[in-house]
Amino acid sequence: MFDALSDRLDGIFSKLRNRGRLTERDVDEISREIRLALLEADVNVRVVKSFIARVKERAVGAEVAKALDPGQQFIKIVHEELVATLGGTTGKLTMSPKPPTVLMLAGLQGSGKTTAAAKLAKLLKSQGLHPLLVGADLQRPAAVEQLRVLAGRVDVPFYSEATDPVSVARGAIEEALRLGRNFVIVDTAGRLQIDTDLMDELKAIAAAVQPQNTLLVVDAMTGQEAVNVAEAFNDAVGLDGVILTKIDGDARGGAALSVKEVVGKPILYAGTGEKLDEFEPFHPDRMASRILGMGDVLTLIEKVEATFEEDEKRRAEELLQSGRLTLEDFLEQMQQIKRMGPLQNVLGMIPGMPKEVKNAEIDDKDLGRIEAIIRSMTPEERRKPELINGSRRMRIAQGSGTSTTEINNLLKQFKQVQTMMKGMGGVTRKPKGGKGKKGKGAKPKGPRMPPGFPGLGKGFPGLPGADDPDAGGLGGGLPGFPPR
Amino acid sequence: MVVVIVVVVVALLLISAGVFFLVRSSGRAKERPGVSGEPTAPPQSAVEAPSVEELEELLRLPEVEEPGTDVAVETLEIAPAVPEVVERPRLRDRLGGTRKAFSGAFGRIRGRKIDDDTWDELEESLLLADVGMLTTTRLLDAVRTRAKETSVTEPEELITLLRDEVVTLLTDDADRSLHLTADEPNVWMFVGVNGVGKTTTIGKLASQRVSEGHRVVLAAGDTFRAAAADQLQLWAERTGGELVRGQEGADPSSVVFDAMSAAAGRGADLVLVDTAGRLHTKKNLMDELSKLRRIVDRTPGALKEVLLVIDASTGQNGLVQAKQFAEAVDVTGIALTKLDGTSKGGIVLAIQSELGLPVKVVGVGEGIGDLIAFDPAEFAAALFSDEG
Repeated sequence: MFDALSDRLDGIFSKLRNRGRLTERDVDEISREIRLALLEADVNVRVVKSFIARVKERAVGAEVAKALDPGQQFIKIVHEELVATLGGTTGKLTMSPKPPTVLMLAGLQGSGKTTAAAKLAKLLKSQGLHPLLVGADLQRPAAVEQLRVLAGRVDVPFYSEATDPVSVARGAIEEALRLGRNFVIVDTAGRLQIDTDLMDELKAIAAAVQPQNTLLVVDAMTGQEAVNVAEAFNDAVGLDGVILTKIDGDARGGAALSVKEVVGKPILYAGTGEKLDEFEPFHPDRMASRILGMGDVLTLIEKVEATFEEDEKRRAEELLQSGRLTLEDFLEQMQQIKRMGPLQNVLGMIPGMPKEVKNAEIDDKDLGRIEAIIRSMTPEERRKPELINGSRRMRIAQGSGTSTTEINNLLKQFKQVQTMMKGMGGVTRKPKGGKGKKGKGAKPKGPRMPPGFPGLGKGFPGLPGADDPDAGGLGGGLPGFPPR
Repeated sequence: MVVVIVVVVVALLLISAGVFFLVRSSGRAKERPGVSGEPTAPPQSAVEAPSVEELEELLRLPEVEEPGTDVAVETLEIAPAVPEVVERPRLRDRLGGTRKAFSGAFGRIRGRKIDDDTWDELEESLLLADVGMLTTTRLLDAVRTRAKETSVTEPEELITLLRDEVVTLLTDDADRSLHLTADEPNVWMFVGVNGVGKTTTIGKLASQRVSEGHRVVLAAGDTFRAAAADQLQLWAERTGGELVRGQEGADPSSVVFDAMSAAAGRGADLVLVDTAGRLHTKKNLMDELSKLRRIVDRTPGALKEVLLVIDASTGQNGLVQAKQFAEAVDVTGIALTKLDGTSKGGIVLAIQSELGLPVKVVGVGEGIGDLIAFDPAEFAAALFSDEG
């Protein structure tokens, strides 16, 4: 999604990283580049202006001049401003002291309100709340039916009636009280912000049920218009937050920046896929890191945490230390990674991945092929791949239903990885060296990538300081960042 | 290539995990005096980092729905009576918002000297219209050249030049008609990302063609979104078209196949194929779309149009969408929807200039008649008009 923007900024800053001083002309040039990148990312022209102004003011000021490494300092400023623009802190829903809490969704047609309603209900339900889904979109044909079906899928009660949206919303509150539901989610019809009648209707619904939370649903692919939409809805019904949908595409999502800046309310959730559980709290800090090409390290770590068992973690650790990797270990690791979800998603979270790799189409079935090849080897072959000669290769190919070429490829790649691992082992044996405790410590952690993966090694950072969970992906070791 | 990536990723993740736990355990060891910093110290607990339960919930692998193979085709015979009578609006009448935005910015440069600010204002107004940096630069460069040639001194003249450039860009003698040959099967397919208005566009087009005397079959190829077929069914009822639908989760190709057979059996001459909204980045779904197209292509020459539906509020991503969909199903044109708001639809300029895909129809409202042919001259004129 925001990848292209991070690519741009990455390109700019790579020029800066090795620079000792930052002149005013540098700042101007960078500002221009950032402007271009942000504009192409659909950040609103006006928002870009104020954003650049803020960054520039800080950058040419004393802050940079005094810094030991002006280039890094600049990146830090941009990052901080991005975080500030995107939300500063993670937002929360407001709970009514007297149940039910009412939440109303509003937005343009096709922004994803109905789907977001069902996903939100599922999420809240998993957090122990008792939501009621309310279909008050009587405008679009079959919208009510759509929500009814989705409500059934997430196993949440549903309410609607064929009257008018205001009555539906009113009736829903009574229904919630009757059923003992403590959270009411009202889905409304999509409307243009300049449609006075429909905007009045929205006001009437809000007046009738007094929602504690009025959320604007915004499509991540929205262009410059996002600002006008957010402004108008905010003026009409007073927004409390934003849901950003469809961020699983490759839209750069500048709308998120724009809306946040204009409305000044947090982006609470993000829709990350078509499945009903693909819906997450929005993390401005992570998103900013992502924009800056630092990958979504925190999410990755959490995924790793959630996937690896204790002994597996220890095993991975030992492996790394020894620097020796056999195909058996490899197979084992691969299976763990499979548990982390689709490889493509995992890939997107690794910082510094070159675009070609990130955008490559990976079918998780390909993992199966590799697995088949390794499983067709004898235990001895797995430990000592150099044993594999022509006839063994044939046998493995037949056994795994692959070709000898594929086996050759795998072995070749594996060998390179082994070399890389050895490099890693060496680095980690002196653990204090590169953990970002010194300004220059942010240099790559030395996985000397074999030739053939240009750029991979360069951008692969260490992971953030482990006992610093609030670092927002900025813990010790990220590339290009000064230590805290 | 795939092998390379998989191997590298696995290795990287392994290393990440290793480094992470290593760092953690040694970090902890350091905190506790008396324990040596032996890096193999077993990590003791899972992170106290933000809510693991919540994460687990989020990380749970999505359940894969069994694709139903049996398509119960239920065709509705609709009495072809009462198709709603519709009046066609004019584009100009619906472009109020767009027009104001443009003239607003242009109003500011009026009566001043042409200087850097003038060009900045022009650039900003084009950018605000989602025209995009590349196309904006291209347009303004052309205007600059023309301005020099004709030694323009008044900002108003710049606006005229700019309008001319836009018209030139748009009227690249593109074919903007929707092809429909009498007495043979015709299929129009509608594709696009989620929520752009595919189903609504189909409903409006069905209404137009039915009122022109065609027999229209609506194929509910969106078997993914809940109640998508119901939505199309309501349109079928409103317009007097016939609906062919499958079960939810059914293979859309079977729906399309059945719709084409149904059309042949009943002498309907036009099949409008609705498809599920999909992000252009989802390879599997794009493959599914290519397959759908192949099903239609089994009747050679039947597929007359593949329309990519684009929401006028779409930003620069619209260009990427157009590229990807064009690659997957060979798009013949664009249906630009929701142009009745203040959205400028400027991405159309980029799509036409980069990919040569013409806009064929424009959605300008929620009414059944609110779909009109795209007229570049009128579009450009409306964009730069000064009235109201």
